[in-house]
Amino acid sequence: MKILFSLISVIVLIIVATLGAYITSLHYAFGIIIPYVALTMFVGGFIYRVVKWGQSPVPFRIPTTIGQQKSLPWIKQNKIENPTSALGVIVRMAMEILFFRSLFRNTKTELREGKNGPELAYGSAKWLWLGSLFFHWSFLIIILRHLRFFLSPVPYFVQLMESIDGMLQIGLPALYLTDVFILVAITFLFLRRIFIPQVKYISLPADYFPLFMIMSIATTGILMRYFYKVDLIAVKQLAIGLATFQPVLPEGIGVMFFIHIFLVSVLFAYFPMSKLMHMGGVFLSPTRNMISNNRMVRHINPWNHEVEVHTYQQYEDEYREKMKKAGIPVEKE
Amino acid sequence: MHKGGRIIASLIIFVGLFTIPFFYNMGKANAGPEIDAQQLANFQSIEPSINMVANHPQLFNQWRNQFVQNGQTVYVNSEGKSIDISLEKLAGDSSNQFCVSCHNYTAVKPTCWDCHSGPEGARK
Repeated sequence: MKILFSLISVIVLIIVATLGAYITSLHYAFGIIIPYVALTMFVGGFIYRVVKWGQSPVPFRIPTTIGQQKSLPWIKQNKIENPTSALGVIVRMAMEILFFRSLFRNTKTELREGKNGPELAYGSAKWLWLGSLFFHWSFLIIILRHLRFFLSPVPYFVQLMESIDGMLQIGLPALYLTDVFILVAITFLFLRRIFIPQVKYISLPADYFPLFMIMSIATTGILMRYFYKVDLIAVKQLAIGLATFQPVLPEGIGVMFFIHIFLVSVLFAYFPMSKLMHMGGVFLSPTRNMISNNRMVRHINPWNHEVEVHTYQQYEDEYREKMKKAGIPVEKE
Repeated sequence: MHKGGRIIASLIIFVGLFTIPFFYNMGKANAGPEIDAQQLANFQSIEPSINMVANHPQLFNQWRNQFVQNGQTVYVNSEGKSIDISLEKLAGDSSNQFCVSCHNYTAVKPTCWDCHSGPEGARK
């Protein structure tokens, strides 16, 4: 049911886009207005979410126990997993962001039948890590490759990336490796949610929807490149028009293009209100981005109130005369 | 905001990276490739039954196979017109930038010119 809901939502979006592509008078809205609105929502929403997160105080450093904390001199510290320097934190964050270190440590717990009854077994589980790594890197490379539509002249690094991506030179136009990787990886990530009962149980429409969206975006992109050709020159003119704020709407762009750009726009607009914000959130992971110096440095809780104290010295100063008269001993005469 | 400085700096970098196309193209006119209408019409007339701009790579690929494997040097199009299978003849002399301007504009680097002598600058 949760899957169906997401699937139907995506199908409805595709139908809307197809209608928009066939009705010429709507091209201006689908090709120019919606992309601008989506970009604004994406950038604005992204900033809003991150600033909102930034306002939550993080009073405590959280030394996760995956590495030896700095201790006595003869005990070897794990300088990356439990860093006491900014460099260590940078390396730890880079490992997390670029190579998904936490997913790499993923383990699987199993209760299996042993000789003396059930046994608890732990094993490494790398498939999720591998699938995610392929998915995210392919996605990044695909987005960077798209710069060839938005930049004129096309910079060298974009061309280089393209030629590496198509280096197998299979077919015409050359097959991009990332196109294959992203489809395989996202199919895996989707099947995993269906076939692992525990994962299925905790999966929500908000988990399936981005998967279906990205699947559809990749598919329309691939269809457009290899099967239902669109006029590339016209597409680039439209893209550059958007980027120079002088929008133009060349004629004769194929239907598939409008479906593609509409789905991309919807995904971008949806991004800040969804779990996809892990893109920004990963940088704010409190267990990863703080130096583990809990006891080396004094940390003061940022929301501590100023406490008004009335010390004994102040008390005595106030009542000294009265105390003397009453015969109570005072510290200072 | 706690550690606001760093967060705001990161956000500025992120938005900056994301809006590179706007800065990169700033002040530039949206100049498409220089396409001569007559040349485009000639190009389309090679095979009127398909959209040549979108599908010429497939056609030329087919030509190559016919030429190399069957020794066929002439292509007869859907209107019965005979065309020499020759990329050099199609591309014309070296001053002709018809192929190059479109390919450069969209950053398409066909491998055609790895073997064929093409118009000047075709490889760039």
